[in-house]
Amino acid sequence: MKTRDLAYVALFAAVIAVLGTLPAITVGPVPITAQTLGVMLAGSVLGARRGSLAVLLFLVLVAVGLPLLASGAGGLAPFAGPTAGYLYSWPVAAFVIGWLTERSWDRYDVLRGTLFNVVGGIVVIYAIGVPVLKAVAGLEWGAAFWSGAAVFVPGDLFKAVVAAAIADVVRRSYPVIERPRRTAESR
Amino acid sequence: MTLALYVPRASVVHRLPAGAKLLALAVLAVALFVLPTLTAAAAALLATVAVGLLVARLPVAVLARQARAVVWWLGALLVVHALTTDLRTGAHVALRLLTLVVAAAVVTATTRVSAMVAVVEWLCAPLRLVGVRPARVGLTIAMALRFIPVLVERADRIRAAQAARGGSPRGVRALRTTVAPLLVQVLQMAHDVSEALDARGADDVPPPRRRRSPTSEVPR
Repeated sequence: MKTRDLAYVALFAAVIAVLGTLPAITVGPVPITAQTLGVMLAGSVLGARRGSLAVLLFLVLVAVGLPLLASGAGGLAPFAGPTAGYLYSWPVAAFVIGWLTERSWDRYDVLRGTLFNVVGGIVVIYAIGVPVLKAVAGLEWGAAFWSGAAVFVPGDLFKAVVAAAIADVVRRSYPVIERPRRTAESR
Repeated sequence: MTLALYVPRASVVHRLPAGAKLLALAVLAVALFVLPTLTAAAAALLATVAVGLLVARLPVAVLARQARAVVWWLGALLVVHALTTDLRTGAHVALRLLTLVVAAAVVTATTRVSAMVAVVEWLCAPLRLVGVRPARVGLTIAMALRFIPVLVERADRIRAAQAARGGSPRGVRALRTTVAPLLVQVLQMAHDVSEALDARGADDVPPPRRRRSPTSEVPR
């Protein structure tokens, strides 16, 4: 990776961190935050590889003891809690969103972007987060689904649209993803 | 920058190497699942709290803050288990979770961020085989830490500029009209930073046998 790629990765790790400081709407135990917005943005602005690395770096920053998660939580504790699965799913989500975005970079628009964000940012996150919640918390499937997914879907749909709208503006004014042409200079 | 969960104290726990503490945490996590009795979980919790409060002399508030984040879940767990299986299992699962969360909080509060970053770099060493350079990982972490306050400042500046022009959008529009220009600005900034780093030799340890372009010999 070039130094420029490292700088982009570092930048989006910071973006996710800063989005976590925006006030969250708390529903029961889990806050609805702008942080997954950052995950969606990382994938759709940087692409699969750099986007997922940015999210991974953000999680490293949290793990080493910075209180960057939305509720001011940080350190290793969140990685052991019942909602740890959501954290682990984020890099995968950014990768999937980035992969889909790269595939249709020439035709990217808000509608497509929203669709990608829904697939990567909602389906993937719950596909990993809910089973972990079920296992760690020892819940039934139904209870895990209602407490760990259903409540958040409206907020997530909203975030998917906003992230796509932002990514579309950024794509037109400062495109970071290059068109997938496989030439010698790719690394 | 004063954002960190580290609590400075002169204690044995603080002096332990970060790697050892992380290893201990991993062992505890495994042990809690291998010893599936309520008493074992309760003993582990007591021991963890004792280490945190008495040996490491951390303020109660530090541990309580992390525990509070999961307290909702623990309550919900107890109720669900009381209804579906039995209260004892619920208590066991909840205790096990609480122990892990508190232990992780103790490790975090007694270890400096820089020591943790060093462990991360050390853990990255085997990744050399697939072409990852640990020093570059450290560089990226350092950049991210520096970018956080810069981002906040830039966001404030954009908001001030918009307010000066008479528009201060709220809600959804604010997200789009602030975040999009912010991202464009900081992407440019990140690009500039990377060029400055390269100019100062950040890219000086190239993968072996890089071809030299003839122009690189010319002093500029």
